[in-house]
Amino acid sequence: MPKIDLEKYSMKSEEHEPSELSQFKENRDDLSEIGYEIDEKERSGSYFQLDHSVLSSTSGQEGIEISTTTDALKKYDWLRDYWWNAVSPDKDRYTKQVDLRQTQGYFIHLLPGVKAEFPVQSCLLISQENIAQNVHNIIIAEEGSEVHIITGCSASHGVNSALHLGVSEIYVKKNAKLTFTMIHLWGPEIVVRPRTGIFIEENGTFTSNYVCMNPVKDLQMSPTAYCDKNARATFQTIIYASKDSKMDLGSNVFLKGDGSRAEIISRVIARDNSEVISRGDIIGKGHDVRGHLECRGLMLSNHAKIHAIPELEAETAEADLSHEAAVGRISEEEIEYLTSRGLDEEEAASVIVRGFLNVDIEGLPKELNGEIKKKIEMSAAVM
Amino acid sequence: MLEIRGLTVDVAGRRVLNDVNMIIQEGEAHVLLGPNGSGKTTLLLSILGFPRYEVKEGEIIFKGEDITDLHTSERVKRGIGISFQNPPVIKGVNLGSMVNICMGEKTDEITEKTLELAGKMNLSEEFLKRDVNFGFSGGEVKRSEILQLIAQHSDFAMLDEPDSGVDIENMELIGKMIGELLQRDYLPSKRKRMGLIITHLATILDYIHADRAHVMLNGRIVCSGVPEELLSGIKKNGYEGCMRLCQK
Repeated sequence: MPKIDLEKYSMKSEEHEPSELSQFKENRDDLSEIGYEIDEKERSGSYFQLDHSVLSSTSGQEGIEISTTTDALKKYDWLRDYWWNAVSPDKDRYTKQVDLRQTQGYFIHLLPGVKAEFPVQSCLLISQENIAQNVHNIIIAEEGSEVHIITGCSASHGVNSALHLGVSEIYVKKNAKLTFTMIHLWGPEIVVRPRTGIFIEENGTFTSNYVCMNPVKDLQMSPTAYCDKNARATFQTIIYASKDSKMDLGSNVFLKGDGSRAEIISRVIARDNSEVISRGDIIGKGHDVRGHLECRGLMLSNHAKIHAIPELEAETAEADLSHEAAVGRISEEEIEYLTSRGLDEEEAASVIVRGFLNVDIEGLPKELNGEIKKKIEMSAAVM
Repeated sequence: MLEIRGLTVDVAGRRVLNDVNMIIQEGEAHVLLGPNGSGKTTLLLSILGFPRYEVKEGEIIFKGEDITDLHTSERVKRGIGISFQNPPVIKGVNLGSMVNICMGEKTDEITEKTLELAGKMNLSEEFLKRDVNFGFSGGEVKRSEILQLIAQHSDFAMLDEPDSGVDIENMELIGKMIGELLQRDYLPSKRKRMGLIITHLATILDYIHADRAHVMLNGRIVCSGVPEELLSGIKKNGYEGCMRLCQK
């Protein structure tokens, strides 16, 4: 991916007041597209950041703490142990930039045994032209806690250029269960560099769902999960790349604890002039570890490009790792099958695309599920 | 009525069907016999109008209309349906949705109607939620195909080896359902639906009691007659022998 000129983007942002949230009530559809419920109904907590200003950080349930990481660091000395622990500030120039020039980020903390009744939501929105948003997030799900976090990242209509750097450090403690659903809705001129590290302790479960159905100028990310004994990590990725989007995406799981498990599933559609690199890497080190990687790409244009790079690394004879990767166009045989049931070719192609993107995401609120289905319908229909 | 006149078809530049003629009257069920590779499936898919089956000569007349140049979906709309021998897997599209498509319904939800039809084919709701043809056993593929064909309400049903790889128990169910589909339980004069069935086995005929059979060899129909007689002839003398006897 091209080197980003970080100096090109402005670190100065106008202050936004919490009262500005009300303007989004009128355009709630834009937010519901990324899973954010502006009335905070049926949410166990909310965090809303506009450019560099935090407009809301509220908990909707006892035992769930939500604040900015800046405030949390002031409040809790122990948080220093988690800060730059799952991601290194020296990882690359983007993490360095976040370390030096952080502009807020959320802290979501579930106390031991707390089971969130509803999802916790966050929204990171860019509204100012040419701004750099450098967030540093921390999520801690303490022992035995359970939560589904939905995080939507987006840029307002009309923003022609912006940079989003996001460091996320996620800690899933013993027996805890964390589902992390991230919806990206950027724009054709936005540059995005998330950096994510996840520690999953004994018997912990982490599930990531990542959905990006809209164009983005240049996006690169490759979260890494580290699994302790009997921990499970699942990554599901749904990408519909269009126009001139350039995306380099991967998921990595390090199975270091005995009996840990990993599953990485990705579905990538590339049309127009888009280019997608779809990576996946499972490293098996502990005894009796298992991992499976499924990487599928569907090409809808002769000018697009998909580069699938599935990798497996076994460091013990007791690792059982497998992968399947397939990239191709819509199969003629499938089209014929559907036309023999009465569909014309266009309808048949839509059904196939819809099916291709049809990955079950468990525990998604009904509206968000509807939004994702709607996007899939739309993308399948514009073929 | 379906009428095939002098149909000659190429696939990838190679002649696969040669001057095929056949008439299936309203209410009739015909059987197509012949060795592997003789062109039986090609005939079905040419009637269906798949693009790679290039009609070089002849025509296909269905209910009085020349459909030779129509797109597959148009032929299907006019009442032609098929049960495939080896249908493809479509990931993310479950059998229930396929049945809905066959009924012309634009929903992914499994409807009461679909459930009822599936029940008749001894297929559960759980099964309807599976990706179509993914990991289906031989018998399940056949039942799923026939379920879709029934859902289509086709006037002319083509079945490509509906009995291959099917155990005895399923054979009875499949035979019974095809019989029902082709209205074989009606009086001959009341039957409207037409059928064309490719089979290698005689068992299916116990359920269908077809009106007529054809033997295909090297892309030509070399013999037509009463199904039971043709079958016993083939058993005794082989396909070639049957052809020689026919053409005496």
